[in-house]
Amino acid sequence: MSIFRKALTTATIAATMVAGTAQADDMRIALVVKALGIGFFEAAAKGAEEAAEELGGVEIIYTGPTDTTAEGQIEVINSLIAQQVDAIAVSANDTDALVPTLQKAMKRGITVISWDSGVAEEGRQLHLNPSSNPLIGNMIIKLAADHLPDGGDVAVLSATTTSTNQNIWIEEMTKVLPNYPGINVVATVYGDDLADKSYREATGLMQTHPDLKAIIAPTSVGIVAAAQAVVDADKVGQVNVTGLGLPSEMAGAIESGASKSFAIWNPIDLGYSATMLAHSLASGAAEAAPGAEIPMGRMGTLTLDENTNGAMADPFVYDSSNIDEFKSIF
Amino acid sequence: MTDVSNHHVPDRLTTPLQRTLRSWESLLLAVAVAIFLLNTFASPYFLNAWNLSDATFNFTEKAMIAFAMALVIISGEIDLSVASIIALVSTAMGAAAEVGVGTPGIVLIGLGVGLACGAFNGALVTGLGLPSIVVTIGTMSLFRGISYIVLGDQAYMNYPDSFAWFGQGYVFWVITVELVFFLAFAVIYGVLLHKTNFGRAVYSIGNNPVGAMFSGIRVKRVKFILFLLTGLMAAVASVCLTSRLGSTRPSIAFGMELEVVTMVVLGGVNILGGSGSIPGVVIAAFVMGLVTFGLGLLNVPGIVMSIFIGLLLIGVIALPRLWNQFRQARR
Repeated sequence: MSIFRKALTTATIAATMVAGTAQADDMRIALVVKALGIGFFEAAAKGAEEAAEELGGVEIIYTGPTDTTAEGQIEVINSLIAQQVDAIAVSANDTDALVPTLQKAMKRGITVISWDSGVAEEGRQLHLNPSSNPLIGNMIIKLAADHLPDGGDVAVLSATTTSTNQNIWIEEMTKVLPNYPGINVVATVYGDDLADKSYREATGLMQTHPDLKAIIAPTSVGIVAAAQAVVDADKVGQVNVTGLGLPSEMAGAIESGASKSFAIWNPIDLGYSATMLAHSLASGAAEAAPGAEIPMGRMGTLTLDENTNGAMADPFVYDSSNIDEFKSIF
Repeated sequence: MTDVSNHHVPDRLTTPLQRTLRSWESLLLAVAVAIFLLNTFASPYFLNAWNLSDATFNFTEKAMIAFAMALVIISGEIDLSVASIIALVSTAMGAAAEVGVGTPGIVLIGLGVGLACGAFNGALVTGLGLPSIVVTIGTMSLFRGISYIVLGDQAYMNYPDSFAWFGQGYVFWVITVELVFFLAFAVIYGVLLHKTNFGRAVYSIGNNPVGAMFSGIRVKRVKFILFLLTGLMAAVASVCLTSRLGSTRPSIAFGMELEVVTMVVLGGVNILGGSGSIPGVVIAAFVMGLVTFGLGLLNVPGIVMSIFIGLLLIGVIALPRLWNQFRQARR
């Protein structure tokens, strides 16, 4: 064991020395996402580039696995550790499975933060939540209730049964449900964040619950599929699709009336803030500790709670009044 | 009348050296060396003992299953349920850890569940005579389905600290426990396939099961043992992977079966059965590991990596055939 420790220390020292020389050029910040080719994360990468330009001397490595597996993300992170990047900002596919690999990264002197979908506390220095979970949980049920003054049956179309985010939001939504009398959540189904499966699940919901008034899909894939299912079932006006989605993908649903409104934070802001935070920590300008206040450029400051979590901002509601303005952005 | 004794009659038409040079393994080895050299030039971070050590995790677990899978495929069968066996084994070990079982107990339970899964596959294939591809597509959903029912959106993560040794431990310097397992199993399976009666039985079953039966080989028993072995190796891989991740979710190792089969085929094993070798699979494991790690260092997106692996597979399989056609056309 002592030999191993010694070897590890030597490697760490060597790594920091090489990293030290690398810093003379550019600070390399890796933005690791759940999977490549998802609109939300492409937008976050735009925000990261914006932050890099503002900071100067920062190179953004935007990367991630092909499918949303923890194993794929570990391979990506291993190659980033090998490249001795200065910071890794990750949106995790699995809260726990990434911990050993990320701990190794931190041991070798790399700043590690998680954003969007978190990593367990021992696997990162801080976690940036796009918003706070109670606010999101409240927002998704409020969006449905706002258009149902007399109450009615609603159903939830989620991502996978193991999706960290969606599960927490649904849990928070259930907590505030008593504040919305007359609203009954009749079912929760899982579309696995696949367009075709989400579409089938949404169609199934309308068939098994003929009185369904709203489908709440707290996932950008599910909400689009559900809106399409409502249009195809000729139930526009009867069933309102709401939840969390991307303006560019939801513009059609707002236009057709399948969705009256939906919410999302701004992924550009999220990638921007994550980069700012990673830069602050990696350059030593700030330290991640409970209660710390870390500046993140135009997004203000992030205040960390006792578990070094911080919330960026409130979710923002999009409807027919502002969709045209945002659909070209992300 | 000519003196017969003056005629030189060769023992073989080609010398062993020629055969070795023309073999699939040499071609693969050349590819592996080429990839290693390319990687060294492409990235300054490649030639680093610790980085290479980390990179071995890209293939060690898959390769351990690939050894047993190679034998199954040589015998003319296939096992597509291996990734799901990993999930079920991991779930069983997680549940055991949850109630306070120690590391040796956890591993034994894991291996036991793996053997049981293998026995189930084997019994359906040999006992009922069902095609293995159908049986294992079925058990692929069945085994992982059980994990999903047990765990849902939960995770097991109360593994004892000593359990981390398998997937995160080092034997000495940069040599990981998993790498030692990989090398040890390579030797064991190499000897089993190439130096024992059992190995020869596997080849003859793959070439002609009826002929093998008439030669006195107990075909069903051999096949049953092969499915037991894949179950066991999937369990060993599950111990390593679970230990490396430090947690169990039902989605663990999702889709790994295709990577294992790719590795076996790239290693020169005939997908229709009858031929192939363990050294080929070992080199194929290194090739796949080096390619994914090398491209990873260049931050090549994962989808491009998949394309590259696909092209490599087609290329390595097509090249010898094209070369043969080219030579015959020139004659």
